Amino acid sequence: MNELRKKILEILERNSRASTREIALMLNVEEKEVIRLIEEMEKEKIILGYNTLINWEKAGEDSVTAMIDVKVVPQRDVGFDEVAERIYRFPEVKSVYLMSGGYDLSVVIEGKTLKEVARFVAEKLATLENVQSTMTHFVLKKYKQAGIVFEDKEEDRRQVVSP
Amino acid sequence: MNAAEFISPVLKEIPPSGIRKFFDLVMGTEGVISLGVGEPDFVTPWSIREACFDALKRGYTMYTSNRGLVELRQEISSYLARRYGVVYSPEDQVLVTIGASEAVDLALRAVLSPGDEVLIPEPCYVSYKPCAVLAGGKPVMVRTLAEDQFKLRPEQLEEKITPKTKVLIISYPNNPTGATMNREELLKIAQVVERHNLLVISDEIYSELTYNGAHTCFASLPGMQERTLLINGFSKAFAMTGWRIGYVAGNRELIGAMVKIHQYTILCAPVTGQMAALEALRNGFEEVKKMVEQYDQRRRLVVSRLREMGLDCFEPKGAFYVFPSIRSTGLSSEEFCERLLREEQVAVVPGNAFGESGEGHIRISYAASIQEISEALDRMERFLRRFHRV
Repeated sequence: MNELRKKILEILERNSRASTREIALMLNVEEKEVIRLIEEMEKEKIILGYNTLINWEKAGEDSVTAMIDVKVVPQRDVGFDEVAERIYRFPEVKSVYLMSGGYDLSVVIEGKTLKEVARFVAEKLATLENVQSTMTHFVLKKYKQAGIVFEDKEEDRRQVVSP
Repeated sequence: MNAAEFISPVLKEIPPSGIRKFFDLVMGTEGVISLGVGEPDFVTPWSIREACFDALKRGYTMYTSNRGLVELRQEISSYLARRYGVVYSPEDQVLVTIGASEAVDLALRAVLSPGDEVLIPEPCYVSYKPCAVLAGGKPVMVRTLAEDQFKLRPEQLEEKITPKTKVLIISYPNNPTGATMNREELLKIAQVVERHNLLVISDEIYSELTYNGAHTCFASLPGMQERTLLINGFSKAFAMTGWRIGYVAGNRELIGAMVKIHQYTILCAPVTGQMAALEALRNGFEEVKKMVEQYDQRRRLVVSRLREMGLDCFEPKGAFYVFPSIRSTGLSSEEFCERLLREEQVAVVPGNAFGESGEGHIRISYAASIQEISEALDRMERFLRRFHRV
């Protein structure tokens, strides 16, 4: 990968709000070039979106997250892909990973209440053709997600002016 | 009792640090964005902190050898050899100190006799001059200029040399200017040093923080290892300011003399900090690389924006400071900083805190997040519009 593209990605990964002007100054290139490369990477689906990581609990919104281990029967030709697609199309599903080890798919689900998540698993997920079994783990507390610590205690403790 | 009578007359001559003076003013102002800090905005990398916890758990709570943990000295020695090609024996040529600051103090105290002159290029870190005075020496400031990119020129140096000159203190990359000197430029300084039989105290605390091209270690120049006390530490590179671990490497007699003072005053650097430093040298360089890359990006942002605002600003090649000229505003450095603080709540440090030749400049530290830097620069731009069209 082009070094400049990589640097832009690193900056955006740290802060998706960094402006193209700022990025251009930081990398010592023309702003036009930054805009062009970002557009290019959006088209190539290297940049998939600009999400904000929110601590909803702190924002006063209750939500329940569950991680579900799913065992499935792989299908001829398409393997796990077809059943994975059927699962990830549900809006409740936040992520789906194909796993090695004791089960096949790891599905992360978010709902408003425990009941809502339970109903989703029982009625929609478990009843899918080719789904053999599910094991649901509810998340009790989030400490870190997407590389970011939720209650980061490392505030700036430096004095305002120092040698 | 009149306490003032008891205070040493030497100390009375030494003014408090200019930074400290400005600090009091800053503390009384609310909502300040600070670009006045001379320390990394990163917290010490986790593996280093973890090594300290582990050391405590394993009962590392005792004195170490006066010279520092043997393993740490070995690691320092192999780092200096690997990185700069200078070889020191860990047994008697390396001393672990309480930060690089203690090393500077020890070096001066170990070699100066009353009246000996110490050449100090200026603008410079605030401690060199007072430390020279406290050690009984006579500081002789050598003015470096913005138009020379704050590099030390051999002619300037030579002009100031007298039969009493004994020591030259250099520090590149430099605080507050961010200036660096390359090998060719330092070789010319080395010739002067050799010709006049000087000892060099080379404070290389910012050596890992260089942006274009490699750092030249003064001791690595031909014939210079014997006449150089190489000082470095962990504060800046590994974001370990509060741990207070530094070191000095050099000629064994000189190190031996420094050990004497160190053992009667400090005994030894704290063991937990030394254990952390050990981890830093063994596994910390990936983190250093990441931090340097971020400083570099911020540096470019700051320099470009200052220039857009119409401030004359030489591009620093090391450390994490820029030192633009504010002469175009017609204000003195102190006036500029006080007004910027009052009117826009941005703290930067007046250039004259680093010696008279810093007058007309301000020191901006970019050891802050991009968001803070951007906001502070926006405010500064607004402030500058009052003086000239931006």
